[in-house]
Amino acid sequence: MTTHQNSTKAMKVVGTSPVRPDGIQKVTGVAQYGADYSLPGMLWSQILRSPHAHANIRSINVEKALALPGVKAVITGKDFPDHKFDYVGPERVAVNYWHMTRNIMAREKALYEGHAVAAVAASTRAIAEQAIKLIEVDYEILPHVIDVDDAIADDAPLLFPDMITRGVEPAPSKPSNIAKRTEFKVGDLEAGFASADEVVEMSFKTAAVHQGYIEPHACLARYGADGQSELWSSSQGHFVVRGYTAKLLGMNLSDLLVHPAEIGGGFGGKTVVYVEPVALLLSKHTGHPVKIMMSREDVFKATGPTSGSSMTVKIGVKKDGTIVAADALLKFQAGAFPGSPVMNATMCSFAPYEIANTRAIGLDVVSNRPKSAAYRAPGSPISAFAVESVLDILANKIGMDPLKLRLKNAVKAGSPTSWGPKHSHDGFAETIQVLLDHPEYKKPLGKNQGRGVASGFWFNGGGESTASVHINEDGTVIIATGSMDVGGSRASMALMAAETLGVPYEMVRSTVADTGSIGYNHVTGGSRVTFATGMVVVDACNKIIDELRLRAALMWDVDVTGVIWEDGFAKPADKSVGDFEPLSLKAIAAKRAVTGGPIGVEASINAGGNAPGFSTQFCDIEVDPDTGKVTVLRFVAAQDVGRAIHRKYVEGQIQGGVVQGIGWALNEEYIYDKNGRLSNAGFLDYRIPVASDLPMIEAVIVEVPNPLHPFGVKGVGEANIVPPMAAMANAIYQATGCRMTELPMSPPKVLAAIDAKNG
Amino acid sequence: MSKHHVSTVINGDPVEFLCETQQTLLNVLRDDLNMTGTKEGCGTGDCGACSVTIDGRMVCSCLVLGVEAQGKSIQTVEGMANGTELHVLQRKFLEHAALQCGICTPGFLIAARALLERNPDPSEEEVRFWLAGNLCRCTGYNKIIEAVLDAAREMRGA
Repeated sequence: MTTHQNSTKAMKVVGTSPVRPDGIQKVTGVAQYGADYSLPGMLWSQILRSPHAHANIRSINVEKALALPGVKAVITGKDFPDHKFDYVGPERVAVNYWHMTRNIMAREKALYEGHAVAAVAASTRAIAEQAIKLIEVDYEILPHVIDVDDAIADDAPLLFPDMITRGVEPAPSKPSNIAKRTEFKVGDLEAGFASADEVVEMSFKTAAVHQGYIEPHACLARYGADGQSELWSSSQGHFVVRGYTAKLLGMNLSDLLVHPAEIGGGFGGKTVVYVEPVALLLSKHTGHPVKIMMSREDVFKATGPTSGSSMTVKIGVKKDGTIVAADALLKFQAGAFPGSPVMNATMCSFAPYEIANTRAIGLDVVSNRPKSAAYRAPGSPISAFAVESVLDILANKIGMDPLKLRLKNAVKAGSPTSWGPKHSHDGFAETIQVLLDHPEYKKPLGKNQGRGVASGFWFNGGGESTASVHINEDGTVIIATGSMDVGGSRASMALMAAETLGVPYEMVRSTVADTGSIGYNHVTGGSRVTFATGMVVVDACNKIIDELRLRAALMWDVDVTGVIWEDGFAKPADKSVGDFEPLSLKAIAAKRAVTGGPIGVEASINAGGNAPGFSTQFCDIEVDPDTGKVTVLRFVAAQDVGRAIHRKYVEGQIQGGVVQGIGWALNEEYIYDKNGRLSNAGFLDYRIPVASDLPMIEAVIVEVPNPLHPFGVKGVGEANIVPPMAAMANAIYQATGCRMTELPMSPPKVLAAIDAKNG
Repeated sequence: MSKHHVSTVINGDPVEFLCETQQTLLNVLRDDLNMTGTKEGCGTGDCGACSVTIDGRMVCSCLVLGVEAQGKSIQTVEGMANGTELHVLQRKFLEHAALQCGICTPGFLIAARALLERNPDPSEEEVRFWLAGNLCRCTGYNKIIEAVLDAAREMRGA
């Protein structure tokens, strides 16, 4: 498909770091995010949320709220169409609309504190706020369960009295909070452990953590009297917002136009809908546009964090460092509805290593918490905390450098996976080697300081994308895709287009089109956009090059086979074709009317050939023995990205992922009180890293190109968040001699571990 | 309840508005004056996305009442560029790729300008501590710090 791309040719613009096309808007305050849209006659909505962790909803009385002047409508769960109980889509990301509509708005039961139970549309924000206080909900409070181990106990309160665990044969006779069991098994575990010289088995717990995007969810909806409707929504995929919203409200896709608002961070958490169906239904009930902005408290209480977990991992090695067997039991909090990323975790946990005998069992467990949503490499960082901690202990036991232990067992092209297909790419060993060669890796440390290493795997994604390319009347170029730009992808799309067409970056402008203006694009997630959408941009550019050659052939009155495209110009293939001056885009565009009209193409793809991402990292930390506070002194993160298209944004992804990992490791956690209410639903008490907590993060870009992408792209967004938690735990062990088995490793926990060790 | 009449100056221009007693300056700017460049990330003064200056002093506009703008001079991100000429900080943020999603950027720009007005030659540590009230979840802060230090160098003529 890449007939025009000579992969051995030196790149002119790919790999540089130009200013992004949407940059000026974003530094001048002009860019419009989800909450920045308004329309004439617009109403404001507020959502009433359950104060209880678990309660039957006996009745909801909205009369007083409706009577308040300025209130135009009140809706509850009953106003939404119901859906069949059915899991649809691939198992790893299966969706059940019966659950989804109940998460959007509770029906029979409120299943977590913050669960939406009713929504108001009113003429002002203040009236809407006043109105939700007038809604009377009669709750029957039920016993609740928060912890994942408590939730699978025999006497646990059940969220769904008829939930029978999926994935178990024969099916259990009794219901439980275990929604699903997943298992991947290879080889003979017993024989494997019997052949090991050292075996370590250890249990770990991790806290639920939030994606922590700075922009709360927000949207503006306008329902048309003829059913044709519009949404302005901040999401990681406006086509997916369209799909979910239309499905939940029983609409045709063609009747819902979704405009992509700029997105203020998502990290996986904006791949689902919360407020869009509510705003659109309120608009339908009132005939006015309706705007919803979530508060930060609501974001914490009612949008997906990623799972907390309880895990046991057992690994055996030989003295020479060969890992001979590995076993994991991973219990993940799904939140109030099934769908934790535990299946990913069972696949990713041992994926970086070639191990003959492995088993990973995953349990997807519901409890009275908000439904989990994707968060950067969903699942993989959680299991990696356990696996990479145990590997560190084993490296110490056999007296081997922890990087060398990983290098010895690293997968490469041809290595098996536990889920079937073989690995088809190198790149992991290279991330380890670059750190072994790093000048800081051998540098001596001071008192109370420690160095830790860890590695991580993520699948990276491909999938469905569409792009269009138009040559404007003046010969400049517009490319459009339907992939939301969360971190500079407009720039990387323009770079790949410019490289393919052989024109300067500034001649190509790159936009994100609404759902009515371009074909389907799946979400910006799974580290897929630069790979898959990039691939289709290149494909579209190659198609337009064929069209430009045809136009040049018409202008010269020669056969198209006699025209080549080189460095942005149509040229005769050789002297036999004729003596013609090369034709620029401008020259060809000027004659478009007589050669066939406007010059443009749209291309679509379901991109395969994606290659996984590997990251290996080391960090140096210092522990204050009097307070347990951990200070990060140095952090070096190597990641194989295949090829960096926009170098600085690739570095930025690695730096950003590492810092989210540092927060996950040291501070971030959902804290519940005994009533099942979240105690820290704000940025003051749920503390994400701030600038003064951190050193510079050194991103080491490793480029082992993916031969199945025209520029070698693998993906960059996610693998970087997999290693930091274990790397920090391993560094804390070296500094203190204390093995931390629970996240976050906050000062009280580290201090308690130090005190326990010192007796 | 009658509204309050407030006379103020925003980005050098005289502005009058009516607001409710409990309305924050952030809501007035965004909902009533259509100045949506100032962002709401938390509404509780914890994230810095709504940073503005009032008579040169940096504040979270979500913690200031609209009525408090009476007789004051307010600067927002919309007033930072001089026509089409970007402020050095705006330019450096772009050159250094110091924004990914960009939602925190207006707040960081306001905060960084306030720093450089007080300290034209800050150390990396001083930049990190001054900006500790502004949350960014995308970048890990590296490139923001680099952009601010680079802007300071250029503004000093160093």
